[in-house]
Amino acid sequence: MFGYILRRILAVIPVMLLVAVFVFLLLRLTPGDPAAILAGDMTTPAKLERIREAMGLNEPLHIQFAKWIGQLARGDLGTSLISSTPVSSMIASRIGPTLSIGVLTILMSVALAIPMGVLAAWKHRKGADYVVMTFSVLGFSVPVFVTGYIFILIFSLKLNWFPVQGYVPLSQGLGAFMTHAFLPALTLTTIYVALIARMTRANMLEVLGEDYIRTARAKGASERRVLFRHALKNAAVPILTVIGTGFALLIGGVVVTETVFNIPGIGRLTVDAILARDYPVIQAMILLTSFLYVLVNLVIDLSYTFFDPRIRY
Amino acid sequence: MQFKSRNFDASPVALTAENLTVTLPDTAGQPQVLNNIDITIRQGETVCLVGESGSGKSVTSLAIMGLLPEALQVTQGRINLEGRDLLPLTQVQMRELRAARVAMIFQEPMTALNPVLRVGDQIMEVMELHTELSAAERRARAIAIMEQVHLPDVPRIFRSYPHQLSGGQRQRIMIAMALVLEPVLLIADEPTTALDVTTQKQILSLIAELQRVHGTAVLFITHDMGVVAEIADTVYVMRRGEIAEHGPVEQLLRQPRAEYTRELLTAVPSLSPRAPRPAGDEAVLQVTDLNKIYGGGGLLRKLPETHAAKDVNFTLHRSRTLGIVGESGSGKSTVARCIMRLIDPSSGQILLDGKDIASLGRNALKPHRKKLQVVFQDPMRSLNPRWKVADSLIEGPLNYGTSRREALAEAGRMLEFVGLPEGSLRRYPHQFSGGQRQRIAIARAVMMRPDVLVADEAVSALDVSVQAQVLSLLDQLQQELGIAIVFITHDLRVAAQICDDVIVMQQGVVVEQGSAAEVLVHPRHDYTRTLIEAAPGRKWDFQNFREMTEVNHADPA
Repeated sequence: MFGYILRRILAVIPVMLLVAVFVFLLLRLTPGDPAAILAGDMTTPAKLERIREAMGLNEPLHIQFAKWIGQLARGDLGTSLISSTPVSSMIASRIGPTLSIGVLTILMSVALAIPMGVLAAWKHRKGADYVVMTFSVLGFSVPVFVTGYIFILIFSLKLNWFPVQGYVPLSQGLGAFMTHAFLPALTLTTIYVALIARMTRANMLEVLGEDYIRTARAKGASERRVLFRHALKNAAVPILTVIGTGFALLIGGVVVTETVFNIPGIGRLTVDAILARDYPVIQAMILLTSFLYVLVNLVIDLSYTFFDPRIRY
Repeated sequence: MQFKSRNFDASPVALTAENLTVTLPDTAGQPQVLNNIDITIRQGETVCLVGESGSGKSVTSLAIMGLLPEALQVTQGRINLEGRDLLPLTQVQMRELRAARVAMIFQEPMTALNPVLRVGDQIMEVMELHTELSAAERRARAIAIMEQVHLPDVPRIFRSYPHQLSGGQRQRIMIAMALVLEPVLLIADEPTTALDVTTQKQILSLIAELQRVHGTAVLFITHDMGVVAEIADTVYVMRRGEIAEHGPVEQLLRQPRAEYTRELLTAVPSLSPRAPRPAGDEAVLQVTDLNKIYGGGGLLRKLPETHAAKDVNFTLHRSRTLGIVGESGSGKSTVARCIMRLIDPSSGQILLDGKDIASLGRNALKPHRKKLQVVFQDPMRSLNPRWKVADSLIEGPLNYGTSRREALAEAGRMLEFVGLPEGSLRRYPHQFSGGQRQRIAIARAVMMRPDVLVADEAVSALDVSVQAQVLSLLDQLQQELGIAIVFITHDLRVAAQICDDVIVMQQGVVVEQGSAAEVLVHPRHDYTRTLIEAAPGRKWDFQNFREMTEVNHADPA
């Protein structure tokens, strides 16, 4: 087990290096010149050249890459071309809202989706199943900006329960955080509930057909016990996978929600950076999301052993 | 043959089913799933319910447990457990009875235990559900019952997960779980069918022992007449949802009254080997010093090796059948897979028509592949469910350059030969019965005109009457096409019926080999003797409704 963890952690290094190469090359291939954007519309070629020189954009690609990797190795993510602040502090100030809303979303999704999926599997091809599945299709197919505005309209404007926009960090109290974070999290939840509930239902259906479920019933176990103690743990592994990849996707894909609810998170940071061709920020953001992805996958793989004793590393 | 002849007339009745009728709604006019079933089981008695697949044996047991699938409904009758009618009970009341008053064990110990819970916890769960015992008391009783079912190293097994135990151990856990609360009735649904014969023997005697100790009534569901002869007090023969006949075991086996019972008994393959056929002189398959070793690799330290097959030697002639007999883990399937080159042998020679194929590469092997074809155990899974029968049949010939039209014509002839209607080509596997599917699988193999057909437990999943038909089909193929067959089986009765020569394997080693008549009648090795002795009902000649006569009696003494 320990050896396996060590090997998996070491394997992160080549993966991240590969990502770094791709990110670097991809950005250099896309059209658009950060120096030109920085200089503005009223500029002379000579001035543009000076800006390029100062930003190191005139140097050959491999030199730029080597410098960048060297910085990364020292933990330096670089400095924003636009705002001249260190990228690491930009991310640090923005990651809090995104992570906390992400975690809240996943918690809410799991809390809703697993009982829904279990219910749908238990009432297979009956009313409750159809309701859950219809909700899933809706949650999946309605875009978040539509759901977001509908929620704002109902809960903020009509009912006046939540503020329309904005963000308050958790450090200023749970109540204040929740009133601001609840609606964005609920908006995102609609997607992930759909995803996780479907996965739960499919796996529960499979497990409920197994012989040991019949054994549990023959022992006199109640339906609730059959579903939650005997079946759910057996269905857990694929559900866990979806939750994990869902979380990683969430961190990378919150931009629309952050825009709708005006939350200063990393999603908007990334979009702003892309529009401004702010290479160091874009690179750092892509590296960060891939790193999160790899990390989450590692955690999921390791947690399998907790649910299924047959899995051994 | 010593039958049970205990009398239970004085014992209290444990369970009766009266006029029990189960229907599949919306199928008016069709035969009922269960039609007016009457069964009586007294305390301490073993009642065997026999019949082929689809006869309603399992439906009967599930009806008693109140665990019928939702599609099925009890429309009539009563089920009395200790005088109390079960049918009007609510789900909650029924739940209180399960495991406490009536318990059940199932066929597949591999899948009947929850894989993610420790077996000790699974036994304790029964007490958690039905008693007020404290955790410590539950634990003590679980350990006591585990000792009663003769599990070794109870403290370790208590903490084990099912996958860490053998099939026999798992079935013991199931039995422990079923009997821990001393129910009045134990329903055992084919509990030994998935086990090796020697393990089967142990489990059967364990059930009998616990029955004596606890006075449990046992409803034992089986398709195996041998098992019936060994354990039953009373036998109920079921067919198409009805009781065809019932009576004390000896009477039923000696003087069956119903025509169906006679048919069923006559289909039981005899343990006395058939007359050996003249040996041909043309050897098609010659295996010399075949070895297969697994493991031994390992990056940092050397892993232990497993000798899955050790120094296997045999010669197979045209039109002959060689049986490879053994229990699970004996290496019989390893040998078969090596011969077919589905896995690579570690060393040795495999001469197919005089050419050594043991170490040929993928491309060099291709022309030889068609000479070796295989029929697997489970026709439900060996035929592609999304392919029409025609596509499955012609795939092989197409791979070897036959034109589509020719291959289709041949497929039509082949189907006719194996006894399937002409229209079958355009249908899908799920539209056929198990026996028909196995015929299709055989047709698929024979389409290639192989020299050697490897049949890996090819009749083990079939009912006895179907088994007999498929065996005679194989025989007929051999006569007409001169195919040589390697027949892998765990079933000595089947081996006796089809094999000319037999190899007995145990843990990768050939312990005995020779003509079937010699090996099965005068076994020399202890293990062969153990196998023969463990074959249930071996002293009874089912086909002739009498004891085995001394002449053909396989006597290991």
